Order: sequence, then C-alpha cells, then structure tokens
Amino acid sequence: MSTFSAIGEDVERDRNEYTPGLEPQPTWCPGCGDFGVLKALKGAAAELGLSPEEMLVCTGIGCSGKLNSYFESYGFHTIHGRSLPIARAAKLANPGLTVVAAGGDGDGYGIGGNHFAHSARENHDMTYIVFNNEIFGLTKGQTSPTSPKGHKSKTQPHGSAKDPIRPLSQSLTAGASYIARTAAVNPNQAKDIIVEAIEHDGFSHIDFLTQCPTWNKDAKQYVPYIDINDSDDYEFDRTDRSEASEMMYETETVLHEGTVLTGRYYVDEERPSYTQEKQAIGEMPDEPLAERYFDDDYEWERVYDTFLDRHK
Amino acid sequence: MTTDELIWRIAGGSGDGIASTSQNFAKALMRSGLHVFTHRHYPSRIRGGHTYTEVRVSADPIRSRGDGYNFLLALGDSFARNPKEGAYYGNEEVKPLAENLDDLRDGGVIVYDSGLLDTDDIPDFDERVEEHGWHVYDIDLRSIAREHGREVMRNTAGVAVTCAIAGIEPQAIKSLMDDTMPEKVFEPNMSVFDDAYDVVTEEYDADAPDVSVPTGSHDEEQVLISGSDAIAYGALDEGCRFIAGYPMTPWTEVFTIMSQNLPEVGGISEQVEDEIAAAALAIGASHAGVKAMSGSSGGGFALMSEPLGLAEMTETPVVLIEAMRAGPSTGMPTKTEQGDLEHVLYTSQGDSHRVVFAPADAEEAYRQTRRAFRIAYEYQLPSIILYDQKNGGELQNVPASVFDEEPNPDLGSVLTEAELADAPHDASGKFNRFQYDVEGDVSPRSIPGQEGGRYLATGNEHMPAGHISEDPENRVNQVNRRMSKMDTIRKELDGDDGERNFHYGPADADYGIMTFGSQQGTAAEAVDTLNEAGESVKLLGVSELAPYPVDEVAGFIESVEEVLVVEMNASAQFRGLTQKELGRFGEKLSSLLKYNGNPFEPGEIVEGFRTSIVEDGTLPGHETKFVPAAGD
Repeated sequence: MSTFSAIGEDVERDRNEYTPGLEPQPTWCPGCGDFGVLKALKGAAAELGLSPEEMLVCTGIGCSGKLNSYFESYGFHTIHGRSLPIARAAKLANPGLTVVAAGGDGDGYGIGGNHFAHSARENHDMTYIVFNNEIFGLTKGQTSPTSPKGHKSKTQPHGSAKDPIRPLSQSLTAGASYIARTAAVNPNQAKDIIVEAIEHDGFSHIDFLTQCPTWNKDAKQYVPYIDINDSDDYEFDRTDRSEASEMMYETETVLHEGTVLTGRYYVDEERPSYTQEKQAIGEMPDEPLAERYFDDDYEWERVYDTFLDRHK
Repeated sequence: MTTDELIWRIAGGSGDGIASTSQNFAKALMRSGLHVFTHRHYPSRIRGGHTYTEVRVSADPIRSRGDGYNFLLALGDSFARNPKEGAYYGNEEVKPLAENLDDLRDGGVIVYDSGLLDTDDIPDFDERVEEHGWHVYDIDLRSIAREHGREVMRNTAGVAVTCAIAGIEPQAIKSLMDDTMPEKVFEPNMSVFDDAYDVVTEEYDADAPDVSVPTGSHDEEQVLISGSDAIAYGALDEGCRFIAGYPMTPWTEVFTIMSQNLPEVGGISEQVEDEIAAAALAIGASHAGVKAMSGSSGGGFALMSEPLGLAEMTETPVVLIEAMRAGPSTGMPTKTEQGDLEHVLYTSQGDSHRVVFAPADAEEAYRQTRRAFRIAYEYQLPSIILYDQKNGGELQNVPASVFDEEPNPDLGSVLTEAELADAPHDASGKFNRFQYDVEGDVSPRSIPGQEGGRYLATGNEHMPAGHISEDPENRVNQVNRRMSKMDTIRKELDGDDGERNFHYGPADADYGIMTFGSQQGTAAEAVDTLNEAGESVKLLGVSELAPYPVDEVAGFIESVEEVLVVEMNASAQFRGLTQKELGRFGEKLSSLLKYNGNPFEPGEIVEGFRTSIVEDGTLPGHETKFVPAAGD
C-alpha cells in the first residue's frame, strides 16, 4: 500500500468536508470576494472527489493567504509572493498530490511576478489562483499592480502613473497552458473553472476577480460581467494562441469601461506538463520521489560504489 | 631547492586547460603513492586572464598549499588581448610568467613557453633570475604541440618537460591520459609528450638542477577529492535527492556536481529563476517528504534570508550551502574570504536559529554535510554548511574508505499513517503537528498525502495544529520549544568529552591559535613550524559554529596565556563571535586577519604569531592587529 493512502481516493464528497471542524472565524471583511474563492474551491474539490489529505494548498501573504486557514487540506501558508516555488517543489517531490497555489494581485503579480512567469514557462501541473481585487487589502489600501492608472491611495496620492498589469496576456506570453478569468460574483462559473483547472495537466492560471468592500469600492468587480464562452458576441478559438491573445488584449483594455468579461481564454491540451518533460529526458523518477523514503525495500545507492571510481 | 617536496605551479590564460591539466598531474602523482594538495587562482572572466593552479606533492600528508612554490610552468595566455600601452590591467600576454615570480622560491625552476612568451617584455627578468638562482628553461612548447597535434596540446608538452626535469616517471602521467582521453586525442598527445620530454633530456641535461619528486606509498586506496565534491557526496549518501539552485561562484561547483549525479540515482535537480525560489523549492520538497538542499554564495544567500526564516518557523528541515567569496556585494567573485560568518549566523528576522558547520577540508566536508542533514531532519530546522572558495576548489587525496559509509534515507521525526492515527489531533481533526508538550521539544511531523496528518504549515505564529494565532501563552510555548532544540543539539554535538573540534599541538602549550573553517590545515602547519622553532603553541580549529562550542573554546582559552585568532576577513567576525558567546576573555584574544582575496600561507601565520604574541605579547586583545600580507 502506498505511504500516501489519501492520494487517489475516489469517494463522493460534500463541500462541507473541506470546512475545518473547528471553524476559525474568517478575518475577511463582510462582503469580501475572498469568500467566493473559498466557496468555489470547496465546490470544485467536492465535485472532483478529492480527499482533503491529497490536496496541498500553498498560499502567500495578504488576505488571500488565509485561504488555507479556512479550507481543510494540507496547507502551506508561505511568505509574500513565494507560494509558487514551494508548491512546484512539492509537486515534483510527489506528483500524486493535487497542488493548488494561491495569492493576491500584489503577491502574485508584484513581489511574486518572477515566480509566476517561470512557473508558467515550465508548465508545472498545478493550479494557480490569483485573488485580483486591484488593491493591497491587508496593509490597508495601497495601489497594487492591477490598480487602474490614476488610482489614488495613501502611497500614490497623485494617482498611479502606471498602466496596470495585464495578467492574462502575461500568463499567455509566459507559457501557461490553461488561462481563465472568473469572478467571486459568479460562484458557479468559478467552481467549474477550478474543476477544469485542477483536471488540466499543466500550469493553470486563474485570474479571480474578488471585490474589496473596504478599500476598493470602485473596482471593476462590481460591474456586470459576461461569460465569453456563453456569448455569441465573443466567439473565438480558445485553443488558438493568437485569437486568445487578441481576446485577452481587448478584455484588458476595455475592462474599466463597463463590462467585465470572464471565462476560459486559453487552453492548450497538447503541451506536456513539466513532470512529463523531466521524465522524458531522464531527470525525474517515474515513481513519486517521496514514496522512496518510506519503502524499506528500496536499495539506496552509495557514493562509494556509484561515483568514487572517477576520483581514483 | 629541497627535494622533499615539489610545489608545481602551472600558469596560463583562463580557458587554456590549466585546471584539467593540473588535476591530471595531481591524480597521476597520487596514484604513484604521493600526497597531493592543489590550490586554484583564477580571474572572473571566461577566457584569458591570468590563472594558475598549484600542485603540492609530498611523501607525507599535507594540510595546505604551503609557502610559495618551487616549480613554475608558464604556458602563455592564448587569449591575451594585446593591451594598449598603459592599460590598467597590464600586459596580459606575459602575465603567466611575470605575475608569478614574486612567490617563486630561491633556486626554483622556471619553464616557459618561448613560443608565446618573451622575457624581453618582463622588466629585470635576467637580474631576478640571477639574484634568486632560478633555473630557466625556455622551450617552444607551442611549436612542439603544433608539430604533432594542435596548439592546445602545449599543456601536455609542459607536463612532459616537468617530468623530465623533476624526474617523474612518465608512465604515471601517460596511463592517466590514456584513461581520460579518447584514442584519437591520446595518440597525438603522446607524440607531443615524448618530443617535449626528449628536448629536455637531450638539450638541458648538462645543467640539470637538483630537483626531484619524492617517492611514497599509501597504506590504502586514495581518491582525489575537492571540498565541493565532498559536500555533494555527503549529501547524496545522506539520502538527499533534491537540489534547487541558481549559479553563483563558487557555490556553482556543488550545484553542478549534484545536478550531474542526481539523475543517476533517481533524484531531481532544478535550476530556477532566483535564489529565493531555490531555497523555497528546497523547503517545498522537504515539506513533501524528500531530503532536499539548496545553496549559494554571499549575494545569493542574502536572497535566501526570507525562506530561511520560513524553514525555521514552519520547522521544515533543509540544508543550505554557503560558499563564501570576497564581499561585500559582488566583491571579488573568484577570490576567497571568510566574511560571511555573521551573515550566515544572523540573517533573517526575529529570534531565528539554525545549525552552522564550517568544514576545514574535504574529509570534514563529507562528514559534516552528512551530520548537517541528520540534524536538520531530526530536529526540523535549517542546517548550513559554510565554506569558501578555497576549500571548495582545493583537490586533495583522501582515503577512499572515508566514503565507505552506509546511506541514510531516514527522514527523522516523521510519523507513519498508523502512528498518525494514534497521534493527537485538535477538535477540527487536524494533526497537532506543532505540539509543545513533547519530549525533546521536537514535535513529529506528517507528509502531505498521508491519511490523518493534515495540518497547516505557516510562517505566522501558530497553534499546535497550525492555526495562525497571536495568543501570548501559545507564543511563548512555541518560541521556547523551537529555541530549546538548539540546547539539545549543543549537547548532542558536544558529546561526552566536549571536544568536538580540531585540537592540535601540545596540550600544555603556553599559547594558542584559533581559527575556523578552511584555515585550519594551514594553521596546523604553522603550529608545527613554531613548535619546531622552540615556541610553545597549540591550535583549536573550530568547524562547528552554531550552536557554539562554548565550553570547549573556554577551556582552550583558559589553558593558555594568549590566543591569536586567525581568519580571512577584515572585521574579526570569528573573534567577535567567540567573545559574544563566551562573554569574557576579550583581553586574551588578538587577531590576525587577511582579506586580499587569497588564503593564508603557513609562513604568514608564523610571522603573525611572532609579531603579535612573541614580540608584543602584552598588548590588550581587543585591539585587532593586522599583519599585512605580501604579494599574494
């Protein structure tokens, strides 16, 4: 029997199984969009029948970083912007785990921007949810990388002179193989997208629009949205890189002018995941590395026998 | 020129094959029963620029590069740039010869490639040769190489000339070249070798200098190993199967060796976007149940400060390597220093704690790396191996039996699923992974995917199951538990006799020398020289720095009148650590510091001891005495 018997369990599950028994009172403000992410993640995990113990949810710092405090699974609340490198390595060490990383727009697109680009480039098989509320929340309302140009805050009293980050376009350029945008105000779409993202064999990036009722009442999350995949007005081939790119560009340009478009923007089912690439070139074992440490029959190579001849 | 030892320096341009040639030379001599020790000097550029490697050869065990050298093979820099008149970096073409004359002992031998080097370009060359009694061989190595193969084979020609002059049996070198070269390269190299060898025996026989290589034999099989090799092998034998890193000199060597070897044993190596990611990956892999490591040199390790603290707070085992080079900032990338001691001890916020080892040589590097992993995994905290460019790159012969040890895949205090079923959980069903009322203060952990083991690891202060908490009572309990692990580790490292570090010289000596890490062997040779000259000195080489061996060091200092603390940095960091940890003895300590980018030679420590202790023994110790180093 596997050492990690929680992995691969196929049981029907209820979303309440992911609610901690000793439910900590979330520190999110009433009306916060983060509740929507939590709800969607629980729904997705239940639909997929995932055991709480086969999931590892890695978060960064900020309001989004509390996600795994309120979601029952293995969790690693890391440091600002660093959820991805920790999540990546856990997946490499044990590919059987379902690994979800999460962070905020400051965490994910600002301080962790480098890790975002490289994790997407490598196409690690994991899901990355970025809580995008266009503001720094937990540090009390500073301008974030996704705040619109001209956004005023205590640290940008004259309004931001910077164009906001284009997370979807960046993700596509970096190499993510599943890219979607969803919103806390549409929990059913959000849940479906998380299900697809977890099932997708590669790096899945979800830009998750979450409203901040305390610090950013003007944000786009409050305006009506349209699901591009359900609307005849926005027909495009989401497996086609250039059509997806055009769609993203349009979305990220007109975003603040009324309508918010959500849905799946890009899906590449052909590209092998990083694990598959590493295994193909012989740089990663076929069996989960972590299993080996529990296998009493495994014969560990000694340097004396394996490598010392070259020094003689 | 004495015949009991040869210190052979091969000099040329970076990229001219100096390192590989010297490595083969050293290995051939080791195979013939001698003890060897190499020292590298190279510039921070890809091709061209003055580089040399010394190979010290002796019938007896050697602990350092020695003082100066006595045989120069100057090959010429094939990448030299013909600098403009007055260029600040000087005439690079002649550097392989001109730059090396200061350290050449009287009566020594100079072989230079007259095909590439012209002594007319070196001021006062003939006068200096006469003054020091050097024996000069101007041989057109380049032409010999061209005639039978390619110009690059002038290395082989130079080695052949060395053999002919120093009386080294050519077969040892030839058989090694046979082992390492493909046949179509080997054949022309042999022709070059024979031709160059004959030039010396036929044309220079008459005025042969009194130079020969000693003979020796080993009781047991030896291997030629660098500190970087030893660290990598210690990690592999301790079951490390995951490394993440970013290249930085000189840490890159360990990273490279691991990356090349890991696939062979089913391990994973990841070169990632930066050092923050590198350390974070090691933490992530360790969290998921694999023995993992990362590392860097000073600048990259600065970036690891943040994940280092996370490993402490989440009690995730991890081993980090810090290969020091001259700083601050990017400093001198290819030059050695011991200036990152405080950086490694104190970096990261809060009451942080980690175990730090500073191996002195390859053998210690292997053993201490294994110990670093064992302690990291048993006690769930970061261990750091602190070494430097010097011992990372030095090759020396080590008995193969040192590596004849069983592998250790034990993850330390990890529970099985059966044990987890009986382990304490909180009311939410979470495993109490951070229990504070546990024996030894190490709370056992679980691995993601294990049934019954789910918990939250977090860099915030947390309750036993990982819930974030600012409860004052829990806070104090958790801090106390984490900190007290260091006391347990101190007791374990101290052992029964409390002598965990390197003691050398007469136990009842009047004076002491203390050093840490890579300077230990050099200091030991200095102690030998001083005692032979009638002084009364002993050495304590500290290579386990945190938790600090308080009782052992206090006992050493108490037993002598004065102590000279030898280290390669300008701010006396090791002496400062000693005074901080001991809280007394400041007046008994004085410092000998070197920070010009090159390690101490034994003679410099001898000279420093005489200046500081013998000639002026009553000066208060808190005044740092610096003996400037001459030349290199």
